[in-house]
Amino acid sequence: MRAGDPHIEVRGLTMRYGARVIQRDLDFTVNRGDVFVIMGGSGCGKSTLLKHMIGLLEPAAGEVLYDGVSFQRAGAAGRDALRRRWGITYQSGGLFSAMTLAENVALPLQQYTPLDAAAIADVVAYKLALVGLAGFEDYYPSEISGGMQKRAGLARAIALDPEILFFDEPSAGLDPLSSRLLDELILHMRDALGVTVVIVTHELASIFAIGNNSVYLDAESRTMLDHGDPKTLRERSRHETVRRFLARAGTEDA
Amino acid sequence: MSVAAAPRAASCTLERRGERVVLVLAGDWLLAQGGPSAAGVLHRVTASGARELGFDCAALGDWDSLLVTLLHRLDAACEQAGVTLLGDGLPEGAQRLLALAGAVPRRGEAPPAHPPWWRRLLDGQILAGAWRELLDALGFIGEIVLACGHLLRGRANTRAVDFFWFLQQTGPAAIGIVTLISVLVGMILAYLGSVQLRQFGAQIYVADLVGIGMVREMGALMTGVIMAGRTGAAFAAQLGTMQTREEIDAVRTLGIDPTEFLVLPRLLALVLVMPLLTLYSGVLGMCGGALVALGMDVSWTQYLNETRNAVTLTHIMTGEAKAVAFGVVIAVAGCHAGMRCGRSSEAVGKATTRAVVSAIVWLIVADAAFNILYQRLGI
Ligand SMILES: Nc1ncnc2c1ncn2[C@@H]1O[C@H](COP(=O)(O)OP(=O)(O)O)[C@@H](O)[C@H]1O
Ligand SMILES: [Mg+2]
Repeated sequence: MRAGDPHIEVRGLTMRYGARVIQRDLDFTVNRGDVFVIMGGSGCGKSTLLKHMIGLLEPAAGEVLYDGVSFQRAGAAGRDALRRRWGITYQSGGLFSAMTLAENVALPLQQYTPLDAAAIADVVAYKLALVGLAGFEDYYPSEISGGMQKRAGLARAIALDPEILFFDEPSAGLDPLSSRLLDELILHMRDALGVTVVIVTHELASIFAIGNNSVYLDAESRTMLDHGDPKTLRERSRHETVRRFLARAGTEDA
Repeated sequence: MSVAAAPRAASCTLERRGERVVLVLAGDWLLAQGGPSAAGVLHRVTASGARELGFDCAALGDWDSLLVTLLHRLDAACEQAGVTLLGDGLPEGAQRLLALAGAVPRRGEAPPAHPPWWRRLLDGQILAGAWRELLDALGFIGEIVLACGHLLRGRANTRAVDFFWFLQQTGPAAIGIVTLISVLVGMILAYLGSVQLRQFGAQIYVADLVGIGMVREMGALMTGVIMAGRTGAAFAAQLGTMQTREEIDAVRTLGIDPTEFLVLPRLLALVLVMPLLTLYSGVLGMCGGALVALGMDVSWTQYLNETRNAVTLTHIMTGEAKAVAFGVVIAVAGCHAGMRCGRSSEAVGKATTRAVVSAIVWLIVADAAFNILYQRLGI
């Protein structure tokens, strides 16, 4: 299990809400250590794909494999074991508003480790320091800014040293500077922790800044058009739509 | 970080090597199994009087955040004590994480205070809070009166569609539960009275008892309690959720008065529906009473005649007046709790609880006041 080996494989995935097909025949691989971007226009099914990958929704067809193990075919215990290795941050933070930041981050540690209260407090302090929130242990989520809430959500997501970090629109609602800082933080996490990152975003600046692999979902044809390194796709995608989508960022960068 | 067979226990020992003190780390340092207490290690390091702290990781197996947590604490403590921490003996990944955790300095500001409830009670904060809340409620009622004034002059931002929507939600949708409760309360009243009245063969007067009891008192009160739990809570939850999602801010910044736009339709719908439901509840209560009376050799016609003699228009109007007042109380309690809700999901829960509790308290208070008033007026 080294960097570059296949980590997550999506095979023949078709996603539906009721009778309405959102995307069909998705087929791609996320490698260990990748920062993998799920991109596409609004409403094309990016969040839906993420929810399928983390097992919140059942696929209409196909499956998702983690290190070659199918999540869909794993039993309840197997699914729990897989889930334990993921850290997920939600579009609006998903922090428990009735708990302080420290209690939020401590929750998974209390749930899954044998550590005592003092040891957990130390781990919490370290995790909050890692996301730049040292000293904010006793704040409630409503008492800090949106960008800080996102980072606190990240601290909770990495509490158990996950192997994969999932993000849904981490920079939505953030100013460009906070959004840049968050991007950098994600990269640092990847480098220092060696995690695989799967990220939903349509912020073109982020896509090029952090992504090294990606899939483009198309709302019209209801399937993926292309996948690969976004910088390569911008120049050489077979599809006009994908090149146009990515080229808008090219002009912004320059 | 390879997959080891069986994890070995984490351990660390201090060794003095020339000038510096070296922390020898061994075993697997994993969150899933825990390790030596950080406070203990810290104590040993300070006790050693070291000026320089180094690390020896030759025997270190697998590690994760558990190790970096210890290093992070050591780092902070060493900085405070003026000890130089030499990280070059550490695994490269751990050095990186340590640097990342120390990159943003700790913020000095004190967190907002969250004293426990007994502390606040002693400080008189809870009493002061209740007083402020009462004043705030009066202010809220004032806003409603102003909004009603605007409405009468036809200049309010109250939409008819909203009004009809809430009419449907508070009225027809509540019929089922009102039916059930009313019939049962009518039967309870009848049983209660029949035990006494039977002793002197006056069971026909069960009709008077149930009729007057339902129309003057129980109809309005039971409907009020049902609506407080059903509708008042819903108002608080709706408005509270709108508050957390900044929808009320949006209403305000669009130049629309939230009282006119959000509170009035709910209030008017409930005030219109309450008397109707109360009337309905009274009739069903009498039916419930009749069911019981039938089992005591009173015929339908007798019961009906007796009820007709007993229940006068005055009785009905006294009940209806209560119903209108109760409608106001429930709507105001629900909307006030919702509009003043905090910004978190927990706050919505609190607002809902407050809406129901204060609605029921004020219902009973208002009911008592009405009864005293009627007594004085002799009606
Ligand atoms: N719970 C749901 N039930 C039915 N349809 C949904 C649901 N969630 C999302 N959709 C629809 O699925 C499509 C994709 O949604 P989503 O994955 O959220 O898009 P995005 O790419 O913007 O994240 C949208 O058209 C949306 O309306
Ligand atoms: Mg989305």
